Amino acid sequence: MTGSRQYRLARRERLAGWLMAAPALLLITVFLVTPFVLGLGLSFTNQRLVSPNPAAYVGLENYRNLVGLGVLVLEPERDGNGQLLLRDGKGPIYPSVRSFTRNNPDYPQYRGMREFTSFSLGQDRIVILARDVVFLKAVLNTVLFVLVVAPLQGGLALGLALLVNQRLPGINIFRAIYFMPVVLSIVVVALLWRFIYAGENGLLNALLSFLTFGLFQPIDWLGRTDTALWAILVMSVWQGVGFHMVIWLSGLQTIPLSLYEAADIEGASNWQKFRFITWPLLRNTAVLVLIVITMHGFALFAQIDVMTGGGPLDSTQSIVFQAVQRGYVRQDIATGSAISVILFVMVLSISLFQRYLTRERR
Amino acid sequence: MKTKQLFNTVALSAFLASNAANAQTELSLWYHGAGNPTERAILTGIISDFNQSQGDWVVTLEEFPQAAYNDSVTAAALSGNLPDILDMDGPNMPNWAWSGYLQPLGLPQEKVDHFLPGAVGMWNDQLYSIGLWDAAVAVFARRSVLEDNNIRIPTLDEPWTGEEFTAALETLKATGDYDYPLDLGMSDKTEWYTYAFSPFLQSHGGDLIDRDTYLTAEGALNGEEAIAFGNWWQSLFEKELAPGTSQSPSDHETGFLDGKYALQWMGNWVAVKALEKFGDDLVFLPAPDFGAGPKIGAGSWQFGVSATSEHPEGATAFIDFATQDKYLAQFSDAIGLIPATAEAAKMTENYKEGGPLAVFFDLSEAQATLRPVTPAYSFISPTFQKAVSDIADGADVASTLDAATDEINQNIERNNGYGFNEN
Repeated sequence: MTGSRQYRLARRERLAGWLMAAPALLLITVFLVTPFVLGLGLSFTNQRLVSPNPAAYVGLENYRNLVGLGVLVLEPERDGNGQLLLRDGKGPIYPSVRSFTRNNPDYPQYRGMREFTSFSLGQDRIVILARDVVFLKAVLNTVLFVLVVAPLQGGLALGLALLVNQRLPGINIFRAIYFMPVVLSIVVVALLWRFIYAGENGLLNALLSFLTFGLFQPIDWLGRTDTALWAILVMSVWQGVGFHMVIWLSGLQTIPLSLYEAADIEGASNWQKFRFITWPLLRNTAVLVLIVITMHGFALFAQIDVMTGGGPLDSTQSIVFQAVQRGYVRQDIATGSAISVILFVMVLSISLFQRYLTRERR
Repeated sequence: MKTKQLFNTVALSAFLASNAANAQTELSLWYHGAGNPTERAILTGIISDFNQSQGDWVVTLEEFPQAAYNDSVTAAALSGNLPDILDMDGPNMPNWAWSGYLQPLGLPQEKVDHFLPGAVGMWNDQLYSIGLWDAAVAVFARRSVLEDNNIRIPTLDEPWTGEEFTAALETLKATGDYDYPLDLGMSDKTEWYTYAFSPFLQSHGGDLIDRDTYLTAEGALNGEEAIAFGNWWQSLFEKELAPGTSQSPSDHETGFLDGKYALQWMGNWVAVKALEKFGDDLVFLPAPDFGAGPKIGAGSWQFGVSATSEHPEGATAFIDFATQDKYLAQFSDAIGLIPATAEAAKMTENYKEGGPLAVFFDLSEAQATLRPVTPAYSFISPTFQKAVSDIADGADVASTLDAATDEINQNIERNNGYGFNEN
């Protein structure tokens, strides 16, 4: 009797559970799982965004075009006697990369490749060729972005959280101030910062010039290959830091005060309290913050789209920006899908790796 | 009691709505000019004139910001939600016709005959779109500035040569009066790049694609002439004769009017504003000749009927109605665009004989070069945009143009020649 009642109760609870999860599951299926499965399928075809031609299966061609690499060893040119030809004192002359990669039937494997980077090895010049230089740059830029943003934003957010976790009058005002950029749309923020970074009459240049009594020469922050990505990075950190501050803050507030009281009685210093109480108990929060920042970092798009469009000279290309460029602007859905799949695999493996590193050891 | 009342109201309004729908069939119209009140006022005027002029159709307007317009149409086409009537930028028409978004436009030949060639969208020998105006680009300059610096004022018959143009820029730079001598509009990272800058390439003797076959860009986009264009283009930025890709949009908007830039390479859609500021001092100079003749772009926004429209006769009737001379003249007066017919031009403030903008009509006639009429244009344009941006930012000219050529060729290959190899 009681057994069957318990059984019915359990069944009802399970049903209720599914019902409650259903709206979220439905949305996730429609907007995340289905597009991803579709994208995975499309990445093996030559699907166009618009075309009267039917899509055809092309195997791994899209992936090969994206990540294809080649190494070309250029030997210096010699005259008839085997003597090195020298360019007036500036070292040996090498044949142009173009002569191998364009319309050269002897080197079909290099066809359509471009130089990515090169270095000297003895007398030879080693050229790394890439089938898709822009995508490669996008990957490197995005990885660099994540590598810098993750510790910087996470650390800064923790610092802010510790600051605003004090019981002071009016502390909520400071919390609100730090949190404010998160509420603003990233597109709006990017537009505003474009004015701040403007080379001719931007706020930042004016400020730096004022602070240095006019010694500072204005810099075109978004127009130089060596500053553009960093400019976007600083802005992104500023915009997102408040969000992670709140997550840290919630973590901080779950730590029982009694532990600190006990530490005070034992005469612990502030650093000791942080090192032995706060940090260990924030472990799960830290994992969450790190993974969320990493995923946000890999999704870098709006800032690029609004502020630089990937330029100058591809110094701010990002993976998602390239996916949108290929899929939408250039109407090549297949390549766009392949880029998305590559991004998914990258983010998934990095997240799993982070989980592994930060797992609880027993 | 209350419920019954409510029910009655609902039933009554449903009845009224269905009755109205029976009388007039609704046609939807999409337009790219959201955010421009002047354009909106004229267009809604045309629509209400049309709706009142007959009892069969009622046109409803939906506006999009220009930057998002093409994407919206593409998305709508994929999901089968295209409107009955849509407007499109001229060079995109072949792609949309090829992709099956559009149906041929059933306007009588006499109607089309007296339109400017740039306002008529022909693809595969069929009419798909027609525009109320054409646009033209010129070098905006102030007569006083040129005369003060002893720079010859070029004419349509005798435009600047490439060297003369560059020398003029260097002279203006040397005065030190300007942030930059020339504003090219580099902050406008849209179709403007291809529309405004590919004529420089063509004036050097190159092109975006080999127009004999439409199957390859080899030799056209990366030949000697194209490389000469690239070197000249790069030198503009190296010598700081023009602001580069990081130009701020506000400077582009007002820089010439505020005297920050001495010259501006700009279209006639801002000519009215510049005339208001400088009056008689303002001159519109023809494009310089880099060897293969002076060139400017042609073809602007045009109306067409979507392939999925169930009422093409109604949609065509509206387009026929909207392309009356008086409306062409209205648009021209408001935003300075070139009216698409000579009759309409006579009715306008700016393009009638001796009007301040009449020069654009002549410019268009003498120099206009259509962007390649091929479905591949949708791919060519962003590829060219990236190439000229990269070159402006200092990339190696030859290899950048090679890369763009390869990408275009690969794209054409992957699309089975866009139907061209079958001919």
